Parts: sequence; structure tokens; C-alpha cells
Amino acid sequence: MMIDRRLIIHFNWKLVGIVLLIASIGILNLYSNTSNPEAVGTPYYLKQFFWLLIGLAGMIVIAFMEYRFYADFAYVVYGAVIFSLLLVLAFGVTTSGAQRWLKIGVLSLQPSEFAKIALILVLGKFFQRAPGREGYSLKDLLLPFLLFLLPTLLILKQPDLGTTIILFLILISILFFVKVRWTSWLLLVLTGVSTLPLLWSFLKGYQKKRIMTFFSPDMDPLGAGYHVIQSKIAAGSGGILGKGFLQGTQSKLGFLPEQRTDFIFSALAEEWGLIGSLFVVGLYFILIFLGLRIAFQAKDRFGAVVSFGVVAMLFWHLFINIGMVLGMMPVAGIPLPLLSYGGSFLVSTLIGMGLLLNVSMRRFLF
Amino acid sequence: MVELNTQKMEEFKGRRIYFLVALGLAFLLIVIRLWQLEVIQGNEFRRLSENNRIRLREDPADRGMLLDRKGRVLAHNRPSFAAFLVPEDVKGNAEVLRTVAGILQMGPGEIESKLQPQKRRPPFQPVKIKSDIDWKELVLLESSRIYLPGVITDVRPTRAYNYGPLAAHLIGYIGEADENELRKGNGNPYRMGALLGKYGVEYQWEADLRGVDGGRQVEVDAHGREIKLLRSVEPLPGDNLTLTIDLDLQQSAEEAFQDKTGAFLAMDPQTGRILAMLSKPSFDPGLFTGNFSAEEWKALQENPFHPLQNKGVQGQYPPGSVFKIVTALAGLESGIITPNTQLTCTGLYPYGNRDFRCWKEGGHGTLDLHRAIVESCDIYFYQVGLKVGVDRIARYAGQLGLGRLTGIPYPHEKQGIVPSTSWKIKHLGVPWYSGETLSLAVGQGYISTTPLQLLQLISAVANGGKLYLPQVVQRVENIYGVTSKEYPPLEVGSAFVSPNNLDFIREALRGVVNDPHGTGGACALKETVVAGKTGTAQVVRMAQDFKKGDMDRMPLEFQDHAWFVAFAPFEKPQIAVVVLVEHGGFGSTAAAPVAKKVIEKYLSLERPSLSKMAVRPEDPNVADPRVPSRFASGEGR
Repeated sequence: MMIDRRLIIHFNWKLVGIVLLIASIGILNLYSNTSNPEAVGTPYYLKQFFWLLIGLAGMIVIAFMEYRFYADFAYVVYGAVIFSLLLVLAFGVTTSGAQRWLKIGVLSLQPSEFAKIALILVLGKFFQRAPGREGYSLKDLLLPFLLFLLPTLLILKQPDLGTTIILFLILISILFFVKVRWTSWLLLVLTGVSTLPLLWSFLKGYQKKRIMTFFSPDMDPLGAGYHVIQSKIAAGSGGILGKGFLQGTQSKLGFLPEQRTDFIFSALAEEWGLIGSLFVVGLYFILIFLGLRIAFQAKDRFGAVVSFGVVAMLFWHLFINIGMVLGMMPVAGIPLPLLSYGGSFLVSTLIGMGLLLNVSMRRFLF
Repeated sequence: MVELNTQKMEEFKGRRIYFLVALGLAFLLIVIRLWQLEVIQGNEFRRLSENNRIRLREDPADRGMLLDRKGRVLAHNRPSFAAFLVPEDVKGNAEVLRTVAGILQMGPGEIESKLQPQKRRPPFQPVKIKSDIDWKELVLLESSRIYLPGVITDVRPTRAYNYGPLAAHLIGYIGEADENELRKGNGNPYRMGALLGKYGVEYQWEADLRGVDGGRQVEVDAHGREIKLLRSVEPLPGDNLTLTIDLDLQQSAEEAFQDKTGAFLAMDPQTGRILAMLSKPSFDPGLFTGNFSAEEWKALQENPFHPLQNKGVQGQYPPGSVFKIVTALAGLESGIITPNTQLTCTGLYPYGNRDFRCWKEGGHGTLDLHRAIVESCDIYFYQVGLKVGVDRIARYAGQLGLGRLTGIPYPHEKQGIVPSTSWKIKHLGVPWYSGETLSLAVGQGYISTTPLQLLQLISAVANGGKLYLPQVVQRVENIYGVTSKEYPPLEVGSAFVSPNNLDFIREALRGVVNDPHGTGGACALKETVVAGKTGTAQVVRMAQDFKKGDMDRMPLEFQDHAWFVAFAPFEKPQIAVVVLVEHGGFGSTAAAPVAKKVIEKYLSLERPSLSKMAVRPEDPNVADPRVPSRFASGEGR
């Protein structure tokens, strides 16, 4: 395939720059929070750096292939992800009560992370066809709903509540983006409310506890409530200027739970203070703003829906994670894009960025 | 150029502003929150983080109480003090460890060994080093508080058993959760050092008794002293259990059993509820809740009389002559014998190349089935056994509940063995010899039963053939008195035998206790008619070769086990009992008197004004049992 010169001209350097900046901060932050002279084996920040290189390569490849090709293969990708989710349930590695990982050689992959990308692609493919004048009817939405339900149930079984919440929010966001009849919305909300008790019964004991603890944190001062208060102490104790690089005590002394993954932002806030947190939050804001612009400037419906889906994924991860560690949201196990430790999540985020770049540079073509 | 694109994509454009506003608001929210935490509350949080001053204090729930069937408290919780160390605050200060060890009278290294296994503990979580410390220890610890950073005393509910070893096997005991148990708990995992039921009812009803633990987040000063309560959750006490046993009856059983080794069980034959459960030697369940040392535990486990085994449910013994009830029923039901079948006993019965003896030297002469049961003639039953055959006996034994679990909600119940031709081929790989049928007919040889199975059997005889699930808990109630679970009587099977044959057996069992020459005469009561059956379970075959007079010279471990099963009152059975005295010799002398005392006690409990009511014989409940058995039955012998 010849690369069109116009592609290079329209390449979205701003987006790539922001992504690289945040990812670098992520590696640095991880280095600070996991530096333990007694630790054996490959340090976390090096592993993460390795995954970053893989992810960036993936991002470039994804960006330069003609994106309409992805529409043709959306269902293939989706099928592969469903298959790997079934493999997880059959042969997956169980860690702390959840069966989420597939071990391939030395690599541990988390297929549920790629389910988000797969869902975005199939929804893009589906909404490629424009609705009637009124917008999509409820009957039209049956297939997208089933496409959402299949991976969601498989992931809920692992169990991974956080990812299922993200899948749900991606679906809802895309429904807001495309035109859905207002009567359909009404019915959707009604059915949603009526199936809530059913969903509740699917949740594991600890998940129910987390949600209840959120609404009333006093319920579990020794468990989830403890995590939240330690996280707030970490973030709050950073003050305006922060304690400084490598100086965070909450994360070093083990008070901050899961400081590599879900609670990475409080570790950052502890060391870099308000200045550092606002800087990173600002970078995220620009990233999402750029993504939103790509979605609205897209040349066709598939490109628009897919880039909007990626933006939605990014936004909800960000908003729920930061809300959680700052004690505004339930502890739902949702990591922070580009900052939290985790290979599959980093790679799937960068694939999403690749899709954005792709749609962005082809906005004037065809 | 931008204008060109927009035309096709108008559908999306209209809502663009909403997304931008939503995005802006979301980020504004985050910025405000960051400002609030890091600027407004920043100093407060920095202070909290500086010395890592947030500590978690557990507040374990009170365990549910155990009550007897009349609501008298058997097990409850008393507040006690426990001593804890926070390793991070002690910082390996040897001086502190030495002082604490001195105050608590703990050996050198004992504290270190308690701190060792707590590797996965979250930081700053207190580790319990001694529970139930006494007043002096508490005062010494508290008064030297400032010299002992990281030492904490806290109130902990301690399990208290009001009657010590009474019904210890039924109640069971609690102990600290081990590695396996820490991982269980159905979404409500146990915390390190949590106490949970390990045995008996405490184990079986753990989920109900446990309650929900509470806890506190506290801020402490540099010495680890609490200065501020940040958050707390009150614990929710566990549910109370009303057991089926009767405290008075249990006490009288313990008194009557004295220091013999064995088991005693009493049941209401009309419901299957266990009224008393005793296994000897016993243990004090309170020992396990305190500072139980490894040596004490070892001593209990290695005691040759197995105090930790509940012999009533987990001990398996040959039923001896008690099994003649089954042999007789099998013969009657299959029509092979009738009540009038006459057989002769000369004291010796040669079969194959062996002489089978009757317990009575010189023999019983010629007798019918009634007398054979009353006087427990072995040779009569050898002959019945040969006629009926092993497999038919096995079938009726099965119908009466032998050879399978009774289903009592109690851990590790044993099911015993009912041998048959197919059983022997399957388990021993050799065919059944007819000589073995002789042993089976009198309850010896391969057959083994638990006392509970024989209790279920005698209850079935008493109530007309119904097998009830033995139950030990009647009701589960929460602390507000609301019943959450109830256990009504549950019929789990029945023996398909004719009422006439069952009546005949009952009549014979009455004779065992009340006829002249009956082997169970030691259980006869004036006020009421008792029916029962004695048994002697051979420990080793050798015992058969000892002459009766030599019994006293036999070593204890070779002496036979004594059985007695009984029910009363004869006309309207309210209580069934089984007594097993290990190495007690004959059932008639060792076991029957125990049954007598307990039955007497029970009937006096059930009818406290028995003597007063006796002057009003029109009351049918009182009049019936006072009619002498001889007249009531009309069988003149």
C-alpha cells in the first residue's frame, strides 16, 4: 500500500505528542511508586515500558491502514475477542478471586481489555447505516444491545465489574452520539430501571459490598472504606506542590492499596501535588477534546462513531478512576489510561489512539 | 474545506455542544475536588499521612448464644481483655518485648512466634498476643503504657460455657481461623485471628452464630494511643440457637454416667429431637477460647480414651444383643418364625468346627421368642439367624436405619457397617460363611453401629416404625427475638413391618425390663413402665473364650462394651435412650442403671406434679403408666 502524501500532512502530531507525554509521565510515576531495592525480577516500570513500545507500534500500524478495512473486519475482531473470553473462562489464570488472564508463554493477556475496542468497532459498523428521519427505533437497537450483552456476560462471569461498567457506558455514549428516537430512550430507561434488581443479583458479594460502601462508606471502615480514606490521605497530603519525586510515603509504606493500578493517580497527586495533578488532568482534557474534534470532523459515519467510542472509553475510564481515588465514586476497579500499570490495558488504549489518528488523517480523503 | 464535510454529518453536529459542556463540567468537578483535598484539607491530610496515624481496630461481633430447649443459657460471651502488639510501633524494641513478656508471663520467644506468621497482614494491624488477660496483667500493661509504645489492650468478647464440660461434644468449641478458613466465608472473609466454630454445633451453625464484625478507624498518637475516632461501625451480634437438649436431663445424665467411658443419648421418639447427648471422657470447651497451649492440645488429642471424639455419633461398635430386635423382626416379617417358635438352648451350640456359646452357662432350656428376647438367649437367635439368612437380616437392619448416616446435622458422622453376602464379596473379596450368620444374628462380627443409629432404631420401635431425623437445634433467632429458621420434626424413612410384629417386639422389650429373669431389670421403675434391651459388644473374639468368672481378671481394653437401649413410658413413649459403656462388661449391670436414672428424671421433669396427680387417677395421662405392666398387657406368664 502506497502511503498518500496527504496522510503525512494531516497526521495529528498534537494527539501523538499528548499521548507520548502522558505515557512518559506514567512510566516515571510507576518508577517512583514501585522502586523497591529489595524487589527481585524485572521492575514494573521496565515491563510497562516494554508494553508501551508494543502499544506504540500497534498504534502506528492501526493508524496507517485504511480504516474502512476495519469496518469490513469488525465482526472478525469481535468473534476473536469472544473466543478468547471463552478461553479465559476455560483455561484462564485466576488471581485474587478473578479469572481474567490468558497466559501465552511469558505474556499474560487480558482479553477483556480488547473487548472494549471490539465493541466499538462492531457498533461503528452497525451505525454506519444511517437511521430514518426519526432516528433509531428500539427494534433497530436490538442487535447492538446483543452485541454488547455477549462480551459483558462473559466478563461479568470472570468477574470484572469495572470492565462491564465501561462497556455499558461505551454503548450508552454511542447511543447518545447517534440519533435515537426519544420514545426509544424512554423505553430503554424504563427497562433499565426494571432490570436493575436482576443485575444486582448477578453481582458478587464483594462487589455489592463495594457499591453499598460507596453510598455509605461507614459500612466498611476496615475494607473498601479504608482504601478510600488512605487514597484521599495520599492525594490530599500532596498539598499544592507535592512531596516530590520518590518522596510519597502513603504508597511507599503500603498504605495505599493497589498503588500500581487503580490508585496510581493518588500516588501521583501525593508526589506532585495540585500542580502536578492539574497538569496531568489538563493533558487528559486536551486529549479528549482533540478526540472529540476528530469524531465530529470524521468523513463518514463509521469513522465518527468509532472515534467517538474511543473518546467515550477514554473519558469514562478517566472520570470514574479519578472520581474513585478522590472519594467521589465507588471503588469499581477501573484503571487510569496510560498511567496505570497493566500491559493489555496500555496496548488497547494505544490501539484506540491509533484509530483516532487514522480517522483524523483521513478526514479530507475519499 | 471543513464546510464540505459537515453537510453529510449533520446528524451529529447538533449535539456537539452538549458533549463539550458535559466534558467541561466533568473536568471542573475533578479540579474542584482536587482543590478541596489538596488545598483546603491539604494540611489535615498531610498531618494524617506524616506518622501514618490511621489505625484499624477490629470490633468482633458477639457470637450467638446457645440455649437449652427451655431457654436456659449454655453458651454466651463475656467481655474480656486481650493484649495486642502493633509490630510497626514496637519497631523491634527488645526492651518492650521483654517487659510485655514479663507482665503477661509468657516465655522468651513466645511473643516473637506470635508475630512471625502474620506476613500478609496489612501494615499497622494489631496482632493478638494474649487473649483473656487477667485484671493484674491489664493494670500492669495500662499503667506502663507510655513505656510500651505499640502495645494495645482492647475488649474482646470471649466465649463462655456456663456449665463447663456439660454437653461439650454437642456444643463443640471455637478457635482461631486457620489458613484454609481465612480463604472461605462466602464473600465475607474471616480476618486474621478471627474466632470461628471448629466442632459440634459451634461449627455446624457457624454461619448463623457468627454475626457481622464491626470496626473502627482511629487516629493514634506516637505511642499508639487512640486520640480520635474517625469512623466506626457497630458489630451485629450473631443469631441465638435454641438447642433441643434439656439442661436438667443433660445434668442428670452426666451424674448418672459418672466417670465411665462411653456415650449416652436421649431422644424424643415422636420428633427425633435429641434431649441429651453425652460422650465420655469429655473436655472443657472453654479451654479452646483462652490461651490454649500446644501441649494441652496434644494431650487432648493423644488421650487414649479419645475425649475429642463424640462417641454417640462417631463411635462404631458391634450392637451386640440389641441387634436381636432386628433379627427377631426379620424372622417374624419373613414368616420364618412366629412368636410361638420353640427352640432349645443347652448353653453350647456346635456349628461347623466351632462351639458357639450362650452367655448363660448351662443354657436356657426350651423357650419361645418372647422369653428368648427377655432373657437374651444367644443360642435361640443363632438358630433364628441361620433360618432367616444374612441378607434378609441385612435388609431389615437397613430399614431400621443401620448401615447409613442418620443425617444428624453434626460434622463427621459415621455410618457403621451392615454386612451382607454382597458386602463381603465387595469389601473383603471372599464369600460369606454361614458361621458368620450366627455372629450377625446376635450383633457381633462385622456389624458395627453408632449409638445414634441404635437410638433411632429404638425410637422407631417405640413410635411404630418411623425414622426421624435426629435434630439438635430447634430454632434460630436473631437478637430481636425474630425466628429466622425453625427445624420441625422430619420423617426420613420408615420400617415396613406389620404393626402386630412391632407390638410383639415392644411387648418383649417391656419384658426385658419388667419380667422376672429379664436382663434389663436394673432399669425397672415404679412410676412407669420402661421397655428396653441390653447388649454386650465383644471387643475381641478372645473374650468369647474367657469364662464368665474370669471377666474381672481380663485387662480393661479386652473387656466388652455394655449397651442398653430403652424407651418410656411404654404406652405412650416420650423418651428413648441409648447407653454405651466402653469396656463396661454386661449391659444389664453397667448400662441399664444409667438409663434408669435419666428416664426417671425426664418423667419427673415432664410431669412435675406426678405424685399429686396420682390421687386423681381419672387423668388418663397419669393413670396409664401406673397400671402394672402385667395387667395392662394381659399376657399371663
